[in-house]
Amino acid sequence: MEKLIQMKGIVKSFGNIVANNRVDFDLREGEIHGLLGENGAGKTTLMNILYGLYSPDAGEIYIDGNRVDIKSPSDAINFGISMVHQNFKLIQSHTVVENVALGLKGTGFFFPARTVERMIREFSQKYGFKIDPHTPVWQLSAGEKQRVEIVKAFCRNAKVFILDEPTSMLTPAETRELFKLLRLLRDEGKSIVLITHKLDEVLEVCDRITVLRGGKKIKTVDIDEVNKKDLASMMFDQEISFLGRENRMRKVDKDVILEIKNISVLNDKNFLAVKDVSFDIHRGEIFGIAGVAGNGQKELVEAITGLRKVVNGNIYILGKDVTNVGPREILDKGVAHVPEERIRMGVVPSMSLEENFILRSYDKEPFSNGLFLRYDVISDYAKELISRYKISALDEKSPAITLSGGNIQKLILARELAISPVLIVASHPTQGLDIKSIQQIHELLLKQKGEGCAVLLISEDIQELLSLSDRIAVMFDGRISGIRNTDETTIEEIGMLMVGGGDRI
Amino acid sequence: MSKNIWVSLSVIVLGVLAIYLISGVRPDIIFKSIIVSAFGSIYGITETLTKSIPLMLCGIGLSAAFKSSIWNIGAEGQLLMGAVGATWIALYVMPNAPRLILLTVMFLAGAIFGALWAFVPAILKIKFNLNEIIISLMMNYIAIEIVNYLVYGPWRSPFEWGFPYSTKFPSNAQIPRFLDTRIHYPTLLLALFLAVFVHILLKRSKLGYEIKVIGENMEAAKYAGLNISRIIVVILLLSGGLAGLAGVGEVAGIHHRLRVASGISPGYGYTAIIVAWLGKLNPLLIIPVSLLFGGLLVGGDSIQVSLGLPGATINFINGLVLIFVMAQGFSNNRIFVKKGRNRV
Amino acid sequence: MNLIVDILRAAIPAGTPLLLGTLGEIYVERSGILNLGVEGIMIMGAVTAFGVTTLTSNVWLGIFASAIAGGMMALIHAFDCVTLKANQTLSGLALTMLGLGLSGLIGKRYIGMPLSSKLQNVPLKGLVNIPVIGPVLFDQDPLVYISYILAFLFWFFLFNTRFGITLRSVGESPEVADSAGINIPAIQYFAVFLGGIMSGLGGAYLSVAYAPVWIEGMTAGMGWIVLAITIFSLWRPERAILGSYLFGGVRVLQYRLQPLGISPNILNMMPFVFTILVLMIASREISKKRIGAPASLGVSYQREKTL
Repeated sequence: MEKLIQMKGIVKSFGNIVANNRVDFDLREGEIHGLLGENGAGKTTLMNILYGLYSPDAGEIYIDGNRVDIKSPSDAINFGISMVHQNFKLIQSHTVVENVALGLKGTGFFFPARTVERMIREFSQKYGFKIDPHTPVWQLSAGEKQRVEIVKAFCRNAKVFILDEPTSMLTPAETRELFKLLRLLRDEGKSIVLITHKLDEVLEVCDRITVLRGGKKIKTVDIDEVNKKDLASMMFDQEISFLGRENRMRKVDKDVILEIKNISVLNDKNFLAVKDVSFDIHRGEIFGIAGVAGNGQKELVEAITGLRKVVNGNIYILGKDVTNVGPREILDKGVAHVPEERIRMGVVPSMSLEENFILRSYDKEPFSNGLFLRYDVISDYAKELISRYKISALDEKSPAITLSGGNIQKLILARELAISPVLIVASHPTQGLDIKSIQQIHELLLKQKGEGCAVLLISEDIQELLSLSDRIAVMFDGRISGIRNTDETTIEEIGMLMVGGGDRI
Repeated sequence: MSKNIWVSLSVIVLGVLAIYLISGVRPDIIFKSIIVSAFGSIYGITETLTKSIPLMLCGIGLSAAFKSSIWNIGAEGQLLMGAVGATWIALYVMPNAPRLILLTVMFLAGAIFGALWAFVPAILKIKFNLNEIIISLMMNYIAIEIVNYLVYGPWRSPFEWGFPYSTKFPSNAQIPRFLDTRIHYPTLLLALFLAVFVHILLKRSKLGYEIKVIGENMEAAKYAGLNISRIIVVILLLSGGLAGLAGVGEVAGIHHRLRVASGISPGYGYTAIIVAWLGKLNPLLIIPVSLLFGGLLVGGDSIQVSLGLPGATINFINGLVLIFVMAQGFSNNRIFVKKGRNRV
Repeated sequence: MNLIVDILRAAIPAGTPLLLGTLGEIYVERSGILNLGVEGIMIMGAVTAFGVTTLTSNVWLGIFASAIAGGMMALIHAFDCVTLKANQTLSGLALTMLGLGLSGLIGKRYIGMPLSSKLQNVPLKGLVNIPVIGPVLFDQDPLVYISYILAFLFWFFLFNTRFGITLRSVGESPEVADSAGINIPAIQYFAVFLGGIMSGLGGAYLSVAYAPVWIEGMTAGMGWIVLAITIFSLWRPERAILGSYLFGGVRVLQYRLQPLGISPNILNMMPFVFTILVLMIASREISKKRIGAPASLGVSYQREKTL
């Protein structure tokens, strides 16, 4: 079968990170090709290159045997390549017609609705799906919205459909409908790339599967050549050292610090991101949560730290019910929060270091006295923390923005740890940091654990989780797909849980 | 940033050129005339000082609001309502009270009226997520009509031959002036005091800290658990209250009566916006900047008489300064583009 | 009955400058830009129309010139907001001040001058005989008739053409529009420019048809009412028609009702009070049914670099 698209030797780096390391990828006409890998494996980057959002540092792309340069999404669309993103690019208050018509050439200037309606009807007839063209998009379900995205691609005469984690917002029924549609498209000769980390789906609907890991392509296989286990072992590096295991002291208590009971949380789009999750964390325990980003971890953290309401279930800290209280009260209960978005949420960049140190405690003694802040006390406090945590900065009055990423994180940790917390919620604490900073932060966390603090560690870095955590829970699709004692599990097992091969299957 | 310097410079050059071409009067003559009339004579200086008082008071209040990224465009209306409050006390509540008490109550009332007027955009922002720019702007026009209604209607003085003035304030309700100038010095002293007070408030108080956090990074404010609604209300009350004080100063210090809105304020509330930004939202800097703009206003009056230029010329100059301020990025240029939803 | 017809008939010219300005500002805000400079642009339109008409003795040239003047002024705002990404509020306020000032300077020589070429009423034969609405709608000057057509066109283009979808999408969600390949700056420049033309025309109507005279500051806050009506109409041209004539009618009524003891000031307040009320009611609708303000109004768009 003729190769419709060939990507040869693609290299793409962002700073020191090599996202794609000489990756080869080809796509045939009339196939559903799964692109499998965990976060950071390079799947989205590769497809973003194909869609013209990035240009590769090296490598070539061939379409129908001809070498091409895809400089922008418009180019990609002209070549018949369409991408359906994870976050739907739809205007909620507009109708289906208006969304499909946006930017669509060939609909005529006047009354574009008529042409688009016709196209939508054509699509519905061909593939057997009903879409009411005049419904406002906000009224549609996730599955229907996705269908609108696919219709958009269809109307642009796409030959290639790239779907990025398409089932993350869908119910099982909607997923089945989607796959039905994909198969029909494939039978028509269209090519589909399915970017995903979910093994079951890939095995259900794909013809071929390419596995990426750490920026490299591991293998491309036909669907009948592999099973779940094979794929999981391809996705995850079996060679991960279990260094640091010895570093963990075993001081896990029976006392429960945090208890999460059957909580469900909605995300910004009003879908359930966390579905009936329960677990508890003990004193002196580091409890890791693994999982590909987007499986509900963010919303879980926000619920625990008081930044988002739960719609069901309860949260207890030291036995007290703290469900749906605000971030202030959570902090007062002794919960420190090291947020995932350190610059966006964790600091006020233009304020000085000393002002940032008191972000969460500015209205308490000894930092404030009635109406006023006591800058002398604050200054001393800041100097003490800077030296204790070895934060490199000019002085405590420099603006926070002048710090490097690692130092900003140390600032945040210093601030949070100063309350002598009983629980630290650390969300991707070492993301994007250099080795030295990562080590320092790991040491800090372990030290806290040694002093009896509990730590909830959310990370995408399995190695980090394995070396620090006492137990690891894996989140998949909003649920806990399994909890394991770190000593008793394998990388393979964690990997399987991360991609859907869990206890609940 | 260098792009912006070119913009600012070319704007100023073009603007000055425009004035010359249209009016036929040489820009340097205009410039000289303004400087001389505003600062070249005792009378000029005192008038400049007088006109700078409301600019100072409004400007100080606005600096707090703008620092927290709350766009209070309603200082004009808050000023007018402060004037209404003072008039009410002076004429109808306690016209016979001794001077010290009467003036104190008048200032308090003015501040409260101004604060309440600012409370409307605050509460609508919190409860309905309405954009405070639009609401405070609308409130300005409502305030103008209220003042005009009062002076043409129920509060129109029977002693002024039907002109739209309220009765003249009793002498106890008139703010004492400095010698025979129009400088109502208690208000000036109040303004200077408040400048220092608000400056310290912004720099060293809890509220000042909260203002900084909210103004810079709303996400961090939420993460830190700040009570954002409460802070917004407090800031707008403060801002409105200060503008209200300016209104008291105008009616009780200058006119000694309530008049039509345009007679009380030739747009002090709007000019104060420029003053606040040019003063880099620092109350201490706002003092000299207010003097500068006070001088501009005085100069603007005089060039009407001496050079035959229309009164609107000052508007034009103000506009040029505002463009300069805006292009220089004096305004809050966020470091990151966030998906801020400024819902109307 | 005659009284009502008279009032309605007077409401139309009173509301026409508002309608022209509002139609334009609706498009501007639909593209996500807030233009607080409408007052300044309108008055510049007024003085330009008066001046050019006086110079050329041709009122239509004056009107045309005012449209150009309005567009040019608006381009300044577009440059500030779209290219410099400066603060839209400050830019708009500056424009108002510039407009008021410049028009005062230019207009000085025209104070007290009568207009050499005026717009006359042109009753439309046949149509004017329809009872009630005939004399009200069809015994007006040509610029009013043009405003009727423009109102229809603005509505039509916004909801029945591809351009309309594009414009609305840019204001609702620039990220989505951007990823669909729309050239957002171009759309915004165009919308702001068009808004300027319309505000210029609105001002022109004041000085060459409604008044017709030049007085410094003659727009007297009409620009702010335009902003109010824009919101009051919830950014829909057909409702702008209603709002403009309603508020125009209120102004006309002012003088009639005064002898009855109803204060003109209370009436003048109404547009602003109504606007706030409408917003309060609409805000619930906005969250429930997601209609209302272009979601991105007032926020300058910058394509975030995705990693």
